[in-house]
Amino acid sequence: MLRLPRLRYLKPASAAAAAAAVAEVGPRAVLVAGGTDLLPKLKRRQIEADTLIGLAHLSELRGVRGDARSGFELGALVTLTEAAEHPALVEGHPGYAEAAGLVSSPALRNAGTVGGNLCVDTRCNYYDMTYEWRRSIGFCMKKDGDVCLVAPGSPRCWAVSSTDTAPVAIALGATVVLVGPDGERELPAAELYRDDGIQYLAKPAHEVITALRLPPADGLASAYVKLRRRGSIDFPIAGAGVALRLVDGRLERVRIVMSGVGSHPVEAPAAGELLAGQEPTPEAIAAAAELAARPAKPLDNADLHHAWRKRMVRVVVEQALQRAVERARARRP
Amino acid sequence: MSTDGELEVVGRPLPRVDAVARVTGTARYADDLQLPRMLHARILRSPHPHARILSVDTAAARRIPGVKAVLTGMDLPIRYGIMPVSQDERALEFEKVRFVGDPVAAVAAVDEETAAAALDAIRVSYEPLQPVMSIEEALRDPVDEPIHDPALTRQRGNVHRLVSYEFGDVEAGFAAADHVREDLFFYQGNTHLPMEQHSALATYEDGRLTLWSSTQVVHYVHRALAKVLELPMHRIRVIGAAHGGGFGGKTDPFSHEIVVAKLAMVTGRPVRCTLTREEVFYAHRGRHPVLIWMRTGVTREGRITAMHVRTALDGGAYGSYGPATVFYTGTLQTVTYAIPAYKFEGVRLFTNKAPCGPKRGHGTPQGRFAIELHLEKIARELGLDPVELRRRNYVRPFTRAVNWLRVTSCGLEECTEKVLQASGYRGRPRRPGHGMGFAASAYMSGAGTPIYWNDMPHSEVQLKLDRTGVTAYCGAMDIGQGSDTVLATVVAEELGLRPADVRLVTADTDATPVDLGSYSSRVTFMAGNAALEAARRMRRLLVEAVAEATGVQGDLDEIEVREGRVGEVSFEQACQLATTRFGALSTSGSYRPPRIAGPFKGSGVGPSPAYSYTACVVDLDADARTGLIRVNKVWIAHDVGRAINPLAVKGQVEGSVYMALGEALMEEQVYRKGRHKWPSMLEYKSPTVLEMPEIETFLVETVDPEGPYGAKEAGQGPLLPVIPAINAAVFDALGIWIDETPITPEKVLRALDARARGQEARYGPRRFPDVDYGAPIRVDPPDPHDLRVGEELERAFAAAGR
Ligand SMILES: Cc1cc2nc3c(=O)[nH]c(=O)nc-3n(C[C@H](O)[C@H](O)[C@H](O)COP(=O)(O)OP(=O)(O)OC[C@H]3O[C@@H](n4cnc5c(N)ncnc54)[C@H](O)[C@@H]3O)c2cc1C
Ligand code: SF4
Repeated sequence: MLRLPRLRYLKPASAAAAAAAVAEVGPRAVLVAGGTDLLPKLKRRQIEADTLIGLAHLSELRGVRGDARSGFELGALVTLTEAAEHPALVEGHPGYAEAAGLVSSPALRNAGTVGGNLCVDTRCNYYDMTYEWRRSIGFCMKKDGDVCLVAPGSPRCWAVSSTDTAPVAIALGATVVLVGPDGERELPAAELYRDDGIQYLAKPAHEVITALRLPPADGLASAYVKLRRRGSIDFPIAGAGVALRLVDGRLERVRIVMSGVGSHPVEAPAAGELLAGQEPTPEAIAAAAELAARPAKPLDNADLHHAWRKRMVRVVVEQALQRAVERARARRP
Repeated sequence: MSTDGELEVVGRPLPRVDAVARVTGTARYADDLQLPRMLHARILRSPHPHARILSVDTAAARRIPGVKAVLTGMDLPIRYGIMPVSQDERALEFEKVRFVGDPVAAVAAVDEETAAAALDAIRVSYEPLQPVMSIEEALRDPVDEPIHDPALTRQRGNVHRLVSYEFGDVEAGFAAADHVREDLFFYQGNTHLPMEQHSALATYEDGRLTLWSSTQVVHYVHRALAKVLELPMHRIRVIGAAHGGGFGGKTDPFSHEIVVAKLAMVTGRPVRCTLTREEVFYAHRGRHPVLIWMRTGVTREGRITAMHVRTALDGGAYGSYGPATVFYTGTLQTVTYAIPAYKFEGVRLFTNKAPCGPKRGHGTPQGRFAIELHLEKIARELGLDPVELRRRNYVRPFTRAVNWLRVTSCGLEECTEKVLQASGYRGRPRRPGHGMGFAASAYMSGAGTPIYWNDMPHSEVQLKLDRTGVTAYCGAMDIGQGSDTVLATVVAEELGLRPADVRLVTADTDATPVDLGSYSSRVTFMAGNAALEAARRMRRLLVEAVAEATGVQGDLDEIEVREGRVGEVSFEQACQLATTRFGALSTSGSYRPPRIAGPFKGSGVGPSPAYSYTACVVDLDADARTGLIRVNKVWIAHDVGRAINPLAVKGQVEGSVYMALGEALMEEQVYRKGRHKWPSMLEYKSPTVLEMPEIETFLVETVDPEGPYGAKEAGQGPLLPVIPAINAAVFDALGIWIDETPITPEKVLRALDARARGQEARYGPRRFPDVDYGAPIRVDPPDPHDLRVGEELERAFAAAGR
């Protein structure tokens, strides 16, 4: 069996104390919520740590507050199952609930959290392997090495952003609340990410996400379409989160954000703008999907053939747009 | 069983005898076993696909506190291998490594962490050699050196085994054909993916070695341990622990089994080793990737006049069962279709990958895939219904095939009719992207010859009866297929009990007589027959004792043994009477298949005392935009001879369908840059419950004359037709041929693209490499109606000077 390294587990009294603990212990400390992403990685030595700063006991980070009218605040420790099944959330932001419900498998959704999902490590099938396997093929720059095995000669890592919930959160214009040793700040969800397979989060390691804030529903219709090999377990190999408004038969404020196509959740602003003011005809949707998918350049580091994944990006974007439009239509009185 | 032969428990869907233990978690798997002072072993594996070992320095590892022993190849230099002709593995290599994952050194330590740290401290220096990663590469002259020493393989380059046969006059057969077609297929390799990782625990006490292991074949592990450790067999005991799934993947003796045994001997302490999931991918012995070329001549009516098959197998780094596998890619075609002239050439090649071996269906799914699609294409070309074409060529029951395989009971027609009827295949409605496909197949109920040549029984069962009841002893290993349930059911049937009343001791080489193990679908047929013989003998003794004690005169066969009673007394009383009369009783039974193999070298692979038959129809939707496939339903009919426990048989059929779906649609044991691309259960894709379609299973009972109560196999055969039926259904849906496995969405789109460009609407291999198979062994076909077996057959051979 792959074994965890010997670890010290700390239970700080608050999120702020957790942040302080990480800052104090330094790079060998890591925050843990549900542990569903982190623990396998510790076993495979993709992440090396000797101290886990536990969050799971912090009741201040639990619970879904608010409603569709005022917007929602999801504590970082809300489990994906809770998020997927929360009636008001399913009603208000179906795309977000849908995304949470499509993460992995039921058992992992019972343990995995909203905050953890936003921070899930980027993926690459040269990297998500055991220490022995990685040593055998030669370490890559994401961990222990200095080259990229997918794109040799590349100065950067192209590991893939694989969080299912971030795309819709960004499309909805959600914000995250962070607590650090110096206090709290609120950040648009999109700004949590960097286009870098290694330093994929634009926050210091010690900052703790305490909540995800979703805006008031206010006519916003959302959807998330996930492509994966199997009906469960698998990470997205392409995903599209969409939020839009349909006002008098015309689209407004269309945001399209994709997962599984780059090292960060990739927004397609031009495609969103293309649709603004238009009627949601199949042609218009197809044209926007085409535009959104164009820059995606999947590499041979995830499941299935990358050329096929490239072709599928527009399909998932189109399906997500259609579904969001249907929801918008259904919602209008 | 009642005196008029009415069956009481055979044929009833009773729960398996181990069901409660399995679902309540009390079944003890090898990794659950703990002994006082137990040490943990880990194995250091090669990071190179192909390299010479220059040196192994274990000094630093030995110094780590908690490390109790370190082994290198020099401690276990004797080669072994499952097949006598392919003794090419070492428990730990010291000369060269042949794939990423090849074992090189091992450590026993107080815990797994310490053992792992010790592995890190072992310094191995390698001289890398050019790896050989494909069939094409393996056929070329080696760049550095062959993977195995040609002095051992006695073959050129990286060739492991070559077979070449011609049965009947193939040229004349093709000349008589109205139509000849050639096709090329590729069947990708895949692995068993058992839930339970391999695990073994050894102790060495008072000069006796005991090994508990997650194995399918305690007897073969016993033999390998004796050979490599140079211990007499009576000082070794091998016990099969509760089994978490084999599918052929635990049918070889494995490095870790030998390593823990040696470590126990060296340290004097119990030692356990459980493979990681990654190591299970390296232990492998899974499906061989096979390239297949097929050429068939048919008459205008679709009758086969001749067939020529060539296969090339990517064997991986070691022999394993490969010498048999290469035969299986070609031999069983003839027991489904009557082929009057048949030529078969096969080659197995060594490559620097995890060794391939037997996986459910052992070598036959590849050939089956090819022949079913090939016939499907021939039928469409001739404008014939593909099912009808097959039916015109179906073998008849009780005939002998061109390659001398003897067919007894055969329910192919009934199976076909069942699935056609139930699925509505014939008048199927059409909607875009919807398709249905049909295929048929056959499989062996146990190999007619043992792996190592001998004339002893293949299975033996002993029964002990005393005042406390009855116990059955058999070397067979229940790997989840339900062989314990079969044993208990057979004994219960004969002694008028319920299966749960029969105590079982199985797969323990000290306690149980030999059974060759759970492979080649042999256990129900062979151990079942052995149990039947032992139980009938026991029944006779019981009846005798009861008759004597109760003063019954006349025909003892008239005494009813049923529903817990023997004649007028309860079974319990009968046991007491029998013990009073004879003392504790024991009877034994054994089974050895009759001599059925033909009179030529290599005829031992393929013969089986009976063949099971299967037919299936698959219904699916294929999306032309994404290439994604959704299997909606599978109708499958299996001729099992007799279902000793229909619930268990259905379980085997459904499990086979599940495994087939994985092979057809997603599973691939593939390599990138010299190593396994994804030795991880998340990345190696296998279907989940959500991918499972509805399955409608029909059991056809042809009551085989030689099977126990007429039973034949059910564990492997039902997998076979499902895979080609899926490809046929994809053609039905989209008009494209995917001539390889798995059918990924990418391949579907590439075939559609090809069609859109005006090219052949197909995705699949384009070239069969040049292989020098050598001159074929020419064999005269038998008289198809000559069903003689055993001594009669041998006398006939002798008379004919064969
Ligand atoms: C087999 C398998 C399949 C999976 N499939 C999917 C999938 O389909 N889609 C998907 O999106 N994910 C998937 N995951 C990943 C993971 O299960 C989920 O992303 C889950 O939501 C992570 O949440 P967690 O609470 O378990 O995170 P953890 O494992 O506890 O943490 C993950 C990361 O986030 C950090 N972190 C956690 N909470 C906070 C916080 N409050 N503030 C700051 N940092 C924090 C941790 O330090 C760590 O770096 C899968 C995992 C496995 C093992
Ligand atoms: S993209 Fe390149 S650098 Fe990044 S994890 Fe994969 S192989 Fe390593």
